[in-house]
Amino acid sequence: MPRLSYRRALTRALADEMTRDESVFLLGEDIRVAAAGVTTGLLKKFGPERVLDTPLSEQAFTSFATGAALAGARPVIEFQIPSLLFLVFEQIVNHAHKFPLMTGGQCAVPVTYLVPGSGSRTGWAGQHSDHPYGLFAHVGVTTVVPATPADAYGLLVSAIRCDDPVVVFAPAGALDVRADVTDLAPVPLGRGVVRRPGADVTVVAVGHLVHDALAVAEELAGQVSVEVFDPRTLYPFDWDGLLDSVSRTGRLVVVDDSNRSCGIAGEIIATVVEHVPLAAPPRRVTRPDGAVLPFAPALDRAVQPGRDQLTAAIQLTVKDG
Amino acid sequence: MTGPDPAGLYRTVRLIRRFEERAIELVDAGEIVGGIHPYLGQEGVAAGVCAALGPGDLVTGTHRGHGHVLAKGADPARMLAELCGRVTGLNRGRGGSMHAADLGVGVLGANAIVGAAGAILTGAVWARRRRGDDVVGATFFGDGAVNEGMLLEAFNLAALWRVPVLFVCENNGYATTMPVEGAVAGTIAGRAAAFGMPATAVDGQDPEQVRAVTAAAVARMRAGGGPELVEARTYRFDAHHTFEHRVRLDYRPPEEVAAARRRDPVLIQGDRLPAEVRAAVDAEVEATLAAAVDFALAGPAPDPATALDHLYASGLTARTGGG
Ligand SMILES: Cc1ncc(C[n+]2csc(CCOP(=O)(O)OP(=O)(O)O)c2C)c(N)n1
Repeated sequence: MPRLSYRRALTRALADEMTRDESVFLLGEDIRVAAAGVTTGLLKKFGPERVLDTPLSEQAFTSFATGAALAGARPVIEFQIPSLLFLVFEQIVNHAHKFPLMTGGQCAVPVTYLVPGSGSRTGWAGQHSDHPYGLFAHVGVTTVVPATPADAYGLLVSAIRCDDPVVVFAPAGALDVRADVTDLAPVPLGRGVVRRPGADVTVVAVGHLVHDALAVAEELAGQVSVEVFDPRTLYPFDWDGLLDSVSRTGRLVVVDDSNRSCGIAGEIIATVVEHVPLAAPPRRVTRPDGAVLPFAPALDRAVQPGRDQLTAAIQLTVKDG
Repeated sequence: MTGPDPAGLYRTVRLIRRFEERAIELVDAGEIVGGIHPYLGQEGVAAGVCAALGPGDLVTGTHRGHGHVLAKGADPARMLAELCGRVTGLNRGRGGSMHAADLGVGVLGANAIVGAAGAILTGAVWARRRRGDDVVGATFFGDGAVNEGMLLEAFNLAALWRVPVLFVCENNGYATTMPVEGAVAGTIAGRAAAFGMPATAVDGQDPEQVRAVTAAAVARMRAGGGPELVEARTYRFDAHHTFEHRVRLDYRPPEEVAAARRRDPVLIQGDRLPAEVRAAVDAEVEATLAAAVDFALAGPAPDPATALDHLYASGLTARTGGG
């Protein structure tokens, strides 16, 4: 069985979609030499017309992609660092996202925004370590955070085929994950998956934290039966899948590497309690409110959700009620 | 496009003028909520530029966008219905004055974020040419927009990748109340020069001059010459926005406004026509607008249950906000 890395799965998805559909093209900074290791080999295969190095002008090239999409193309933009999304939030939210409604359905804006290396890459500090998926889920832009190589492939393919703008966050903590993959296939947007079945508590884990949640579930296996739910897409969210899980376990813990206030973890908890009576108060493990990641490695780690915190949250939730 | 068509140009400026005047009446009557940014006085720019474009060419406009959309060929009746928020409008009542769009005639939309539309048009023209279509585009923006970083980034992309986009600066002397002298360091043409783009200044009050300058630029662009900038010197006769009718902001000397009003594009172009031709165009425009007003006011308001229709092109439906 071939071992596939998460990063190479992204490359495969890009290559397959570019082969399948002439209208797909890539743009981004230093993508012709694959500085981020995602576009490797694509220039040679598809040429400079479809693998376009851009000048450092994120706002213009993000709206350039909107225009290209309005004219029938399917652009995929690679962003070098996650914090650049703050720079282009306006272009994505005010234009790409709003155009279909504002024009009364005259157009579609099928742009994919790919963010390889989202979240903390140790040592990159305050301006390179954000994980802003909650912002896009909040405004209603389709937001994808794959955890595994097969999902990275399948969700990126679906993002490119989607007629709406889609942001694909590839967490830094997942890029080096490798897995045995037999067949690569599109993964539908908006469909979560139970990664590990369990009976006592549902843990919702986002992105690379799925792997931490699985490790914690394994550690606790003798004492607590933990079900791990990977939503894969944060907007639209697979509420049916999650409610089904929590209806069975009666308990909920969310682990999410983004800020606490107004974060996706709060939304997950709110929606679950609107629908399912819980046996114990739900808990969430997140970055602090308003987090800025400090530089020193011990400080950086202290701000991100850790396995110890997750273990403690699960144990408390199980003890309560 | 072929040579000048004085009656055609006159028809366009006259149509925009009367459209704006009727729209202001509808604002005052409460039929257009939210008001409009009148294009009165600037009609020669949209008319001249669009007369030099082909039907398949692309355009993006601004918050002051009615003239751009009409000059490119949108139906005045559906445009007015849009301003009135009716389902019969260009955007089915979802866009209103500042977002009027008609992709069918190459108008990718008026855009209410200053400086935002240039990059969008650049990408659209680039993508169409990549497919082999012989299109060019024109993007309109005000003197206020030349200080927005994204527009300057778009200049760079268009020039670097030789995308045939005409950047049309409608220099009406003010960004809301801020005079251009107080806002623009260097010159507007200098912005283009920095990116190696040819720039031409033109009297925006003369539709034929605008058309001629644009036609020459379009010919060079179609021949592979890359983007250009036109600075159309113009003036808005009326308020920045119809709210000004009520608040009376004091930022333009009345003599300046009066002097500018004497250089009226409708009169300048009208004087080029025999009186009977002009009268016939006037009558035709009047009839068109009377029908447009009737059509707009007769259109049904959208059903509130459809407020989220068209939010997603993929067919995704959003959770609603209630209970
Ligand atoms: C980015 C941005 N900043 C501010 C505004 C508010 N605003 C709307 S129109 C306008 C003035 C624009 O001036 P100019 O570009 O010269 O165009 P004009 O109104 O004169 O046609 C401003 C400041 C906005 N819509 N977008």
